[in-house]
Amino acid sequence: MDFGQIFAIIIGMIFVNNFVFARFLGLCPYMGLTKEMSSAIGMGMAVVFVMTLASMATWPVYRYFLDPFGLERILRTASFILVIAALVQFIEMVLQKVNPALYKAMGIYLPIITTNCTILGVAVLNIDTFYKDGKPLSGGFLGSTIQGFSAGIGFTLAMVLMASVRERMEMANIPKPLRGIPIAFITAGLMSMAFLGFSGLIKMT
Amino acid sequence: MSNWQTFKTGIFKNNPVFIVNLGLCPTLATSTSLRDAIGMGMAATFVLVGSNVIVSAIRRAVPHKVRIPCYIVVIATFVTIVELFLGAYQPDLYNALGIFLPLIVVNCIVLYRAEVFASKNGMASSLFDGFGMGLGFTCAVLLLAFIREGLGKGTLMGYPVIPGFSPTGIMVLPPGGFMTMGLLLGFFSWRKLRTKEHK
Repeated sequence: MDFGQIFAIIIGMIFVNNFVFARFLGLCPYMGLTKEMSSAIGMGMAVVFVMTLASMATWPVYRYFLDPFGLERILRTASFILVIAALVQFIEMVLQKVNPALYKAMGIYLPIITTNCTILGVAVLNIDTFYKDGKPLSGGFLGSTIQGFSAGIGFTLAMVLMASVRERMEMANIPKPLRGIPIAFITAGLMSMAFLGFSGLIKMT
Repeated sequence: MSNWQTFKTGIFKNNPVFIVNLGLCPTLATSTSLRDAIGMGMAATFVLVGSNVIVSAIRRAVPHKVRIPCYIVVIATFVTIVELFLGAYQPDLYNALGIFLPLIVVNCIVLYRAEVFASKNGMASSLFDGFGMGLGFTCAVLLLAFIREGLGKGTLMGYPVIPGFSPTGIMVLPPGGFMTMGLLLGFFSWRKLRTKEHK
């Protein structure tokens, strides 16, 4: 895996295939936690952290346990969600002991991350990207770690953009029925239209 | 509440997508064509009904502290059944739904119904609740897909409807999905506000 490929993955996940604007993943926290900038940043950081670790955990599980024993179709979904749930619980415990300040900043977002579709989404996506016709590509572990990290950064970018717009929208005179989530969706539509401009920036294989 | 009322609440009064605002990701992602929408709706309904019944059956045996992991395992089992079934009999639909098929596991609607309804009620009413919520979700996806496919491709179920209509491609792209959803949510909250004023 050379530098060009790594760069393509990073740009692809942050801009071209942004999880929120191009793939419709993680819309529940995107709509629920972007009313304030602080919660948007906290959730974004927690997602980056968990997504990177989840990519690092699920790829070896698939590559060395499920695939060699022919269990990949039957146990993929169930084992991934259990690995992610255990991982999140573990992170919560470690963080509480090792770094209470960081735990205070993003601790409340950790439990809801387990059932967040971005994390399982990136785990499944790693398998789709780094497996060709049932054979693993070389550098899959590094690739999926980078893919998980940059997908998290892309998600955080979307959260921060939305939070900064919505904080100003509080003051605006919006028609009553559109207040709250409806206008947030329309704003997201405009943002995603802007992100369409990135498509074709790199050739996705 | 009778079973019929439980069933009806899921479709109209407590519609999971338009009223409770859950399960937004699969709603937007699979509403680019009516065919995908029907597939997604049926898959989610099957998982909802199955998991609701099993969760309701084991609700007294599961310790309170580990209930969420237990529910997730039950849900993941049903999702795997759907995945294997569609992969074997409907490979086109399986490929079209792609990543959103395994993601039914983390669809908030399924866990929400397990936690709020099935873990407190009997098996029969949980069955009807699952059907109602599943149909409510299916109706929401179908409504969105009807608008997006109709305007974005000028077709319904793949058949052209209005001759000479030039489609607006943006409706099947992500921005069209977000905007349609925003306007529909606005419409439903307008209706809610209006009924409140009339009272």
